[in-house]
Amino acid sequence: MHNPVKGNDIMEKIKKTYYPLEERFIRYFAEHFDELSRHDIPKVSYMRRKAMEAFQQTGFPHKKLEKWRNTDLEGIYKGNLEIFDRETPYEKQLSDIFLCEVHGFESRVISVLNGSFYSPEEEKLTVDKNGVIVGSLTRAMQEYPDLGEEYLGEIMPQQDGFKTLNTALVSDGVFIYVPDNVVVENTFQIINILNKPNLVVNVRNLVILGKNARLRLLHCDDSVNHHAGLINKVNEIYLNENAELELYKLQNLNNETALLNQTAIHQSANSRLKSSAFSLNGGIIRNEIFDFMNGEGAWSDVRGLYLMDQQQHIDNQVNVYHNAPHCDSNQLFKGILDNKATGVFNGYIYVKRDAQQTNAFQRNSNILLSKTARIDTMPHLEIYADDVKCSHGASVGQLDKEALFYLMQRGIPFVDARMLLMYAFADAVINEISIEALRISIQDMVKRRLRGDLSICDRCVLHCSNPDQPIIFDIDLSKI
Amino acid sequence: MLLNIKNLHVSIDGKEILKGLNFSVNKGEIHAIMGPNGTGKSTLAAAITGREGYEITKGEIIYKGQIINDWSPDKRANEGVFLSFQYPIEIPGVSMTNFMRTALNASRDYRKLPPVSAKDFLKKMEEKKKLVQIQSKLTNRSVNEGFSGGEKKKNEIFQMAMLEPELAILDETDSGLDIDALRIVAGGVNQLKSDENAFIVITHYQRLLDYIIPDFVHVMYDGRIVKSGGKKLAMELEEKGYEWIKEQFDA
Repeated sequence: MHNPVKGNDIMEKIKKTYYPLEERFIRYFAEHFDELSRHDIPKVSYMRRKAMEAFQQTGFPHKKLEKWRNTDLEGIYKGNLEIFDRETPYEKQLSDIFLCEVHGFESRVISVLNGSFYSPEEEKLTVDKNGVIVGSLTRAMQEYPDLGEEYLGEIMPQQDGFKTLNTALVSDGVFIYVPDNVVVENTFQIINILNKPNLVVNVRNLVILGKNARLRLLHCDDSVNHHAGLINKVNEIYLNENAELELYKLQNLNNETALLNQTAIHQSANSRLKSSAFSLNGGIIRNEIFDFMNGEGAWSDVRGLYLMDQQQHIDNQVNVYHNAPHCDSNQLFKGILDNKATGVFNGYIYVKRDAQQTNAFQRNSNILLSKTARIDTMPHLEIYADDVKCSHGASVGQLDKEALFYLMQRGIPFVDARMLLMYAFADAVINEISIEALRISIQDMVKRRLRGDLSICDRCVLHCSNPDQPIIFDIDLSKI
Repeated sequence: MLLNIKNLHVSIDGKEILKGLNFSVNKGEIHAIMGPNGTGKSTLAAAITGREGYEITKGEIIYKGQIINDWSPDKRANEGVFLSFQYPIEIPGVSMTNFMRTALNASRDYRKLPPVSAKDFLKKMEEKKKLVQIQSKLTNRSVNEGFSGGEKKKNEIFQMAMLEPELAILDETDSGLDIDALRIVAGGVNQLKSDENAFIVITHYQRLLDYIIPDFVHVMYDGRIVKSGGKKLAMELEEKGYEWIKEQFDA
């Protein structure tokens, strides 16, 4: 059943016309399958082949698909990105590029470079005293095949070409396992970086929290140069009974990079998920969340803040599945778009017939600063239970002129008044960050972003880690 | 002369609201502007403070000897013009403390002064809060959010006390106030009054003028000041209503 697929078989099946990048992937799979699946547990080899078959039929998603109508990646499909599958050898001086440290904030940094877990050999997979396992996904699958069998590839819906491609070609990523009853004190911080030009990487991260386990995870996607790249990332997260995860995503990429950040979460009974995504920069960013509330009493709060300008594009797809009774979900997404930036918000809430006593709320608010900026926002509810409280709403507007005049009448110049109002708008998302040092850092980053400092920095789009440069912005909203 | 308005014509969306208004204010004076609804009282306040959408088609606003027709609202504010809003705006997410500190520092920056220290600022806040009997800490409250009608108006006077303007315009500060709040607000204004500043009090009713005694009372009608007098004029209006003014000028 698990016979390797030979290259010729694959090429014979090609029927449609492919974009250059699709063709490169299909060829690559055919030629490298043995190598790719060398350490696979049987389930994974099988998944790869099924996924590649599906990919061959669908190819990459395109604008004719409902969920992709307003996000166009054709430029990337036609481009000359290279598939990168090698592990970057560890060099000590290279670790300096993982600079996105947040000041005054204790975290355990987990580095991912060009799609692979990046560390000295002896740290590829570590087991802490409390049983917490952190390391390379590939290595973890070799050493803990049972966990792979149980968890890997189980929850991400294989509904489009990026997800099937990721499954077919998954090489590495981060593996985190927190055993039952373990509360992790330190915040874990995954930093994902590409440092070579024109790369396309398929990364997969697997996070498992045992019963009553707790973890705070910060996930940064940064650029260190202005090279083009495509990051096709799948995150699978399991929250077992009563587990609690705080997940922060910080996306600060150059204008040539496209990021597909696809996250599926399984929530068992009484588990809690708090997720906040901050999309500050990036050519094209698409965040997809699939939150499966499968156990009774699960709770989730998913927020997003996006600040886009120039010709950047942000796409948030939030899917919440209330599959069990007594679950609460809340989503709040806020965005500010300037210049010719474009955005998409698709919010989908599904309530199964038996999922009584569901509370599900969703809200998306946008401010467009220019006439050429654009947002397509579409909330969508599908409810089959009768005892539920659900609401959704979307708004698109400009800055409140009355408020602007009020501030200016008190002597605050237009530029500051405008910034203050934008910041106040964004603060509802930032305020929810429970780690104080992280909150202050993100506040500073957002302030800088709103002042335009980040996008003009020529060395890097981020470098939040420059404490010497004072934030001149006088309003200290951390004290609100 | 602190403010001198000459033959002012102001339009909103092409519709002329002020039709040749003349008006002047000296330091140390309190002027009351009264008149029926829709005669342009609030438009006058908007024109003096530089609100967007109020187009000056003719005439001049001269403030401290300079024509300010084209000045931005913040420049006018930093030169000492203050408006107590008829409907104060709620700004969620912006705390009162930071709002006031930013405003105060903007004005200091305009005068090339260093920012106020946190200590001095807080001291000043406490002092000025007492003036209008604001008990709440304000620190944790967003600007006007969740404030009652009375609190909003007290907050306007508090901001005025913080910013120490030379020319303060009170646009229907009495509307929506109960008698106790009215006394507090008027008391605040009276304490702030000096020989170095001036007030323009826009109101429908004579009631407020029992507490803030004006030096001059003007009646506006159809975009102009049609009658001026002393405190007695306000009482006459209270007694007779505005009908006799209307009749006199519509004829």
